[in-house]
Amino acid sequence: MTTDPSATPPRNTRTIKVDYLARVEGEGAMHLSVRDGRVDDVRLKIFEPPRFFEAFMRGRHFREAPDITARICGICPVAYQMSSCHAMESAAGVRVTGQLRELRRLLYCGEWIESHGLHVFMLHAPDFLGYPSAIEMAKDHREVVEMGLKLKKIGNDIGNVLGGREIHPVNVKVGGFYKVPSKRDFAQLAEDLKWAADAAEKTIRWTAELPFPDFEQDYELVSLSHPDEYPMNEGRLVSNCGLDIAIAEYEEHFQEEHVPYTNALQSVHLGHGAYFVGPMARFALNFEKLTPRCRAVAREVGLEASCRNPFRGIIVRSVELLYACEEALRILAQYEPPEASSVEVDASGGTGSGCTEAPRGLLYHRYSVDENGDIAEAKIVPPTSQNQKTIENDLRRLVPDFLHLDDEGLQWQCEQAIRNYDPCISCATHFLKIHREDAPA
Amino acid sequence: MTRTVVIGVGNALRGDDAAGLRVARLLAGRGIERVHESSGETFALMELWNGADAVLLADAMRSGAEPGVVSRFDASDEPLPAAFRNCSTHAFGVAEAVELARSLGNLPPRVIVFGVEGVSFEHGAPLSAEAAAGAENAADRILEELG
Repeated sequence: MTTDPSATPPRNTRTIKVDYLARVEGEGAMHLSVRDGRVDDVRLKIFEPPRFFEAFMRGRHFREAPDITARICGICPVAYQMSSCHAMESAAGVRVTGQLRELRRLLYCGEWIESHGLHVFMLHAPDFLGYPSAIEMAKDHREVVEMGLKLKKIGNDIGNVLGGREIHPVNVKVGGFYKVPSKRDFAQLAEDLKWAADAAEKTIRWTAELPFPDFEQDYELVSLSHPDEYPMNEGRLVSNCGLDIAIAEYEEHFQEEHVPYTNALQSVHLGHGAYFVGPMARFALNFEKLTPRCRAVAREVGLEASCRNPFRGIIVRSVELLYACEEALRILAQYEPPEASSVEVDASGGTGSGCTEAPRGLLYHRYSVDENGDIAEAKIVPPTSQNQKTIENDLRRLVPDFLHLDDEGLQWQCEQAIRNYDPCISCATHFLKIHREDAPA
Repeated sequence: MTRTVVIGVGNALRGDDAAGLRVARLLAGRGIERVHESSGETFALMELWNGADAVLLADAMRSGAEPGVVSRFDASDEPLPAAFRNCSTHAFGVAEAVELARSLGNLPPRVIVFGVEGVSFEHGAPLSAEAAAGAENAADRILEELG
């Protein structure tokens, strides 16, 4: 990070630039105005590659949706595949049940393990421990980083066995899978997942010891809720403020707004405002659906469903790591290969929506399909755009406590706060460019 | 016996970013064993070279040099230049893989990286003639290095 000497800013304005790295695809900037020592305005600007996907899905066959939308994200392709499959199946009035449904859940467990493993160990933990990145952290915490890498790999392995490859699985189709694994294909995974569950429990205890700022906030938490299970693929949309709707009603309650300073859309709960999706929302709204072991360890480390400190999200993610390992083990233990690898689905002439729980929160898809089976309209609302307003609100409340810090210190605090949400820009070790304007008193 | 792993890193859909993949294919076509193609994802790279004595890696780079120029870097004891840091939305890259492995004490003792200077990294673009020539050159130099 450098202060740009070539620019001649107004006297009371300081512009800080983070040195850009080659081939940066996602980045963020934060604009901060301070007046009389008080924060006047915080605007978070997330540069995303423009989301052409909704436009170029039009005219493609409905069966192509899972493979095309999987390309939106390299870390949560399963979420995109699952939301698009569910939307198409809803358009066709078909439900995928039994072992095919279990296999989908298993694939999703793999994605949660991989994504949470990456975020907890490689991205977020260094913030708490004062390291600039996982590379420096690894020198002092070798065993922890190695445990994280191994956990992440086991998540990848589920993707390999079931999805056909680690990133952008190729085995998922509307109605199920192209090919289903045999019981023997899963033998090694079951062994590895037992280790992974123990490692995840250690992770909960380890993250619970990290230093957390006192930052309890009042949020509207939104997640899926299912009568029998911790939510991943199905359920109703609920919140701690009384929301309880079917997925098909999503757009009557939530709307994306375009704000001038960012090309990422910001989503609001109509009549309510900003809301919060992701692990903390799922955990708070579905605590009783976690396994007994998850609930017991969470309580032991002092994490209750009532937790509203987003920094403690790193512990919640670790609880979900344990849940995903245990759920994957449950599925493997009962697995019998289904007779058919998929069910017939014809979405032609239908409109349907699907909502699933990506590692970082709700992912909503809606499609209208014409009589030829081609997509006439597509709508995709990713978790990061749903959380963006809440992230801004957090920064607005947090920054006043850190105005005494130098620019580097302030940048660090803000990045850590943004990373609480595991947004789709958080990978770059330092991704923020802060413009600080100090207006005269 | 020395175990050397050869890795070509790149993205086939991003123009000259495919240069490293071209190098891997050229070497595989010449009968070299243990040649891998990789997206450059940090953790996958660390798996590929785990336990090896030496790793020879080819990747596209953008350093401001003439297009197609091949540069050789010895990362056995020092970090790669910033041109190898691949910072996409959620991925780490080659330079991070080398440094993370070094921190963890499991970087192969010998790490040689050949960078092929690219011109265009546009979505869907083909490999440029300059980068294709650079890939040939890099493959020859890896063959020399293999002895």
